[in-house]
This record gives sequence, C-alpha cells and structure tokens, in this order.
Amino acid sequence: MFSTKLINIIKISLLTSALAISSSVLADVTKVAFIYVGPTGDHGWNYQHDEGRKQLEAHFGDDVETTYIESVPEGPDAERVITQLANKGNDIIFTTSFGYMNPTLKVAKLFPDVKFEHATGYLRSDNVSTYSARFYEGRHVIGKIAGKMTKSNVIGYIASFPIPEVIRGINASYLAAKSVNPDIEMKIIWVYTWYDPGKESDAANALIDQGADIIMQHTDSAAAMVVAEEQGIYAFGQASDMGAFGPNAQLTAIIDDWGPYYIQRVQDLRDGTWESMDTFDGVKEGMVEFAPLSDKLPADVKAMAQQAIDDLRAGTIHPFTGPINKQDGSPWLADGETPPMFPDVITMDFYVEGIDSKYPN
Amino acid sequence: MDELAIQIILGISVASVPLIFAAIGELVVERSGVLNLGVEGMMIMGAIIGLVVQYHTGSGLLSVIAAMAAGMLMASIFAFLTQLFLTNHVATGLALTLFGLGVAAFIGKNYSDITVTRISALHIPWFSDLPVIGSLVFGYDPLFYLAILMVFLVWWFLFKTKRGLILRAIGDNHDAAHAIGHQVIRYRVLAILFGGGMAGIGGAYLSLVQVPMWVEGMSAGRGWIAIALVVFASWQPFKVIVGALIFGGISILQLHAQAFGVYIPAQYLSMLPYLMTIIVLVSLRIGSKSNTNRTMPNCLGKVFHSTS
Repeated sequence: MFSTKLINIIKISLLTSALAISSSVLADVTKVAFIYVGPTGDHGWNYQHDEGRKQLEAHFGDDVETTYIESVPEGPDAERVITQLANKGNDIIFTTSFGYMNPTLKVAKLFPDVKFEHATGYLRSDNVSTYSARFYEGRHVIGKIAGKMTKSNVIGYIASFPIPEVIRGINASYLAAKSVNPDIEMKIIWVYTWYDPGKESDAANALIDQGADIIMQHTDSAAAMVVAEEQGIYAFGQASDMGAFGPNAQLTAIIDDWGPYYIQRVQDLRDGTWESMDTFDGVKEGMVEFAPLSDKLPADVKAMAQQAIDDLRAGTIHPFTGPINKQDGSPWLADGETPPMFPDVITMDFYVEGIDSKYPN
Repeated sequence: MDELAIQIILGISVASVPLIFAAIGELVVERSGVLNLGVEGMMIMGAIIGLVVQYHTGSGLLSVIAAMAAGMLMASIFAFLTQLFLTNHVATGLALTLFGLGVAAFIGKNYSDITVTRISALHIPWFSDLPVIGSLVFGYDPLFYLAILMVFLVWWFLFKTKRGLILRAIGDNHDAAHAIGHQVIRYRVLAILFGGGMAGIGGAYLSLVQVPMWVEGMSAGRGWIAIALVVFASWQPFKVIVGALIFGGISILQLHAQAFGVYIPAQYLSMLPYLMTIIVLVSLRIGSKSNTNRTMPNCLGKVFHSTS
C-alpha cells in the first residue's frame, strides 16, 4: 500500500515535470482571448468577430491558442471577465463592443504586460489599441444598388440607435441612392434595439406597407431579410452574409471582415512590434467586404456596383464628397470637398439635405 | 377602408396574439393564488421547441403542441418547487425565466441559421375573398382564432363553472378552501400547467408566425409585458384582449408614424404599457375602498402550507 502511494507520488512528479518541460517548449504559443457582447450565433456582429477568431486559428495553427467568452453584458460583468482572461495568461485580449471601453482600460492598467484591443472605442493607453471599420463605405455601394433597383422609389431603412455609426450609414446610403436616382425617398424607422427580431420584422412590414420595395437595416438579426424574402422584395445583409435567409431577396451584404486585422495584430505581438494605435479601416484595407452580388441585378447595375467597390478598394472615391448640405440647408461640404475624419465623420450627428424625416434626439 | 389600414390592423393583431396567450395563461395562474414570474422563460422555450419541431416535421399542428408541452414542462418545474417544496413564488419564477432563456439558447445553437415555414393565414374559400371583411374577419392565422377562443373558455371556466368558482376561492383564501375540503395544491398545479402551456403557444407564435426563425432571446421581454397585462386587465379575461390590442397597437402604429415621417420618441412608447399598468393598479387600490368587488386574488403569491 505504501509502495503504491510512493509510485503515485513519483508519477505525479514526473507528470508535472513533463508539463513544465512542455510548457517551456511551447513558450512561443500566443494566447489570444475574445469577449463578445452577444451570442456568436447572431449571424451579425458577434458572429463576424468569431469568424475573425477562427481565421486567426487557421492562420497560426498551433502557434496560437484562442478562447472566447460570449454574451457578456457591458458593465461590471465585463470587467470581471476581462480580468479573468488576463489572469489566465492571455497575451492579447480583444474586447469587441463599445461598452467594454472603460472596463478594458481599467483592467489594462492592472496588467501592463498584456495587450488589449478595443473595438469601436476612442480611448487608448500604452497597452490598449482601438479599431473599427468604415462601414459607411459599404453603405455607399448598397445605396447605389438600391437607387437603381427600386421601382417605387421608396427605400426603407431600419435603424437601431441614433449614434454616429448609424447616422453615417443612413447619410452615405441616401447620398449614393440619390446620386443614381434623383426621385428617391428614404423612410426611416428607429427601433431602438440592436436585436429584437419581432420588432425588426414589424418595422420591415410597416416600411413595405408604406411603399418601400427595398429594405436596408442597421440591426443585427436577419428578421428583415426573412420578411423581404417572403414579400418578394429586395434587401441587404448586415454585418454578415444573410443569403441563407433571403436567397432571392439579398442583393449583396456588407460584411465585417476582422480576420486580417486580428492576424496582423497577433503577428505584430509575436514580432515584438505591437504598439498602441487606432485603426479605422475600410474596403481598401479589406475590413469591409461584400457578399457576392446577386444574379438578380441587371448587368449595368452589377457593373456599376462592382465599379464602386473597385473604386473604394483603390481609394479613389469617398462616400461623402461635396457639394453636400445638411438637412436644414446649411452647407457642409463644398464642391469636391471630403470631410475631415475628426470631428465630422467620427461624431456625425445630422442628416444630409433631402432626407425627409426628423432627426431623432 | 384602404389597403394600408387593413395591413396595420393585421399587423396589430400579429403583435397582440403572443401577449394574449401568455397573459390569459398567467391570469388563470394568478386567479388560483400563484404568482409565476417565469412567463418569459416558458415563452422562449415554446419558441425554440416549436421551431425545432416545425423544422424537422413541417407540421404546424405538431409544433404548436410541442411548444405547449415545452411550456408545461417548464411550468411543472415551477409547480414542483412552489407547491411541493413551498419555495418562494417570486424567486422561483425569476429562476425559471433565467433557466428558460439559457436552455433555449443552448438548444437553439444548431438552429440559428435556418428559417422554417411560417404558419400562414387561413384561407376559407369565398369568405376570405370578401373585400375588407375577408381580410379583417377571416384573414388571420389559426392561432389568432385559438387565442380569442381561449379567452372565452377561460372566462366561461372561471365564472360559469363550479370548478372555476373553487379555483377563484382558492386564490382568495386558500386556508378556508382547504378547510372545507378543496384540493388547493391540485388546483394550483393544474393552473400552473395551463399557464405554462399557454405561454409555450405564445412563444411558438413568435418563432412560427411573427418571425419564422430562431434568434436567441427573441421573446425580448414579452413575457414581462404579459404579466403586466394581467394586472392591467385587473384579472378579467376579456380585458386581456383590450390590453394586448392597446399594446400591440402602440408598437405597430409608432412604426407607421415614423415611416410617415412623424418622429415619436420611442422611449416614451415603450414605457406606456407599464405606465398604464401602474395607473390601473393605483386606481384599483383607490377604488377598492368603496367597491366591494375586489379583483386581485387575496392569496396571490402566498405560500400555502396545508398544516397551517
């Protein structure tokens, strides 16, 4: 009996030394963690971040070890979860929602050796970077398609919250649609949620009842796409390819492609060149991508859309190019002028001229 | 009447039906003296189970029955804990909601990228083709008619049958009802199961009629509105329909108002059902001094112990 105990002790000590050896051999494994605000199955924002994580794994193989925690509410819970992830020895932590800003900065202070990356925020520190995407470039393309494809000249827009991100989307798609179809009218419904399929589908129905024959959305579920498919009208996927929900309805989708950025940042970290910075990439850099253009598009519209995508890739056009007036008629951009990133684009809080809807306050 | 008005009325009915189901079930539960705050959890289970069955069998009838069973299964957990182990109603109900949301999300993991066939509106030959009336009277989905029927049945049961009278008596004074030999726990368990079944169907309405797909957390607080509706209806079955239509009406009309270019601050509108409930509650309290016809079940939420 004594001997078995002894053998066990020997076994355990052998095991632990083996573990110690293996972990020192694998010292160059980078541990990467992600925290998501919603479920990865939302087929929108969080789904795309998780796709980025998978790309990261595929790229680095055994050199990275990723973990993620989903559906973490913004607030005290987030701080606890981020601390936990840092304690577990992660080298870099991506916090992927605006509301994680303060928790991220707070935890980052306690773990100066861990790198943090906060999506859509604007506060940085020595070990906290920020990153976001110029989604309004995607809106430019779908706006042009919508302007050409509508027969009723009414575009329906399901908006979530009146924040600059959403306002930019509305303005960019309206301007683009108007540029190819001067008779265009945009009906906007604010649902005050990112994620309530019942409400999103009610809003889509209300827009269709009032004459819209193309739906755009800035909410996360595919509910509006399902309605569009049933009603036989067109719509655009948001954040990810929603073609599965609307094989006939989806003309294209704006896709958030975080993978290349995640790969780049982890590579920087491994090379020792990581530093705190702000990234605001768009179509040109590949952070904003498109689902395949639908076969329902006539050749000329398809060519026009492809041209717009190519121009954005080349960086030769800007969705906000003057002359543009604000809704109240006051001038914003002069002929040929493009706005400065800050404050005009970053803090956009007005509709452009021609949108016949009251700006929410 | 023009096409848009008809569409709006149909839209309001679709928004109201899940509330009617969940609220009429909870009304019976509360009439028996039990407060089950797990409606949201039972609804979401109905939503996911209904969708899963619809996806695999394609049978609307089976899916609705399965959703009802799922709601009842959830309710049986609540009944088991509160009636046999005498746990606190409020705490148990809240736990049931959290549990339901979690389990539904877990089951739904594999169903997040599919759509199912919507349970569509009935088409009764000739009747449904009538102008205006065809759409407004005969143009709904089968569950709409079932919801109205259930309200009638609940009213009939509560106020026109002996067992309904006993159920109400138990809700008002379980000790007295027990003393004269009524099976307090049996009535309550059955009432809780009925409430669960109705909440399950209400949930299935979300995932099979409103939006024929699964999205995590798709009940989005409707279970709580249903609980508020019961109070708003002052525990009277027919007022549940009125309350549900008012709430559904507000949520649909404000969307249309926005599309017309009228901007209404949505925050106020989402407050409205709760605000109305508070007003009704307060007025009930004030009115109760002069009015002997009390409506709130006296033993609501109180734990019953047969030896006490």
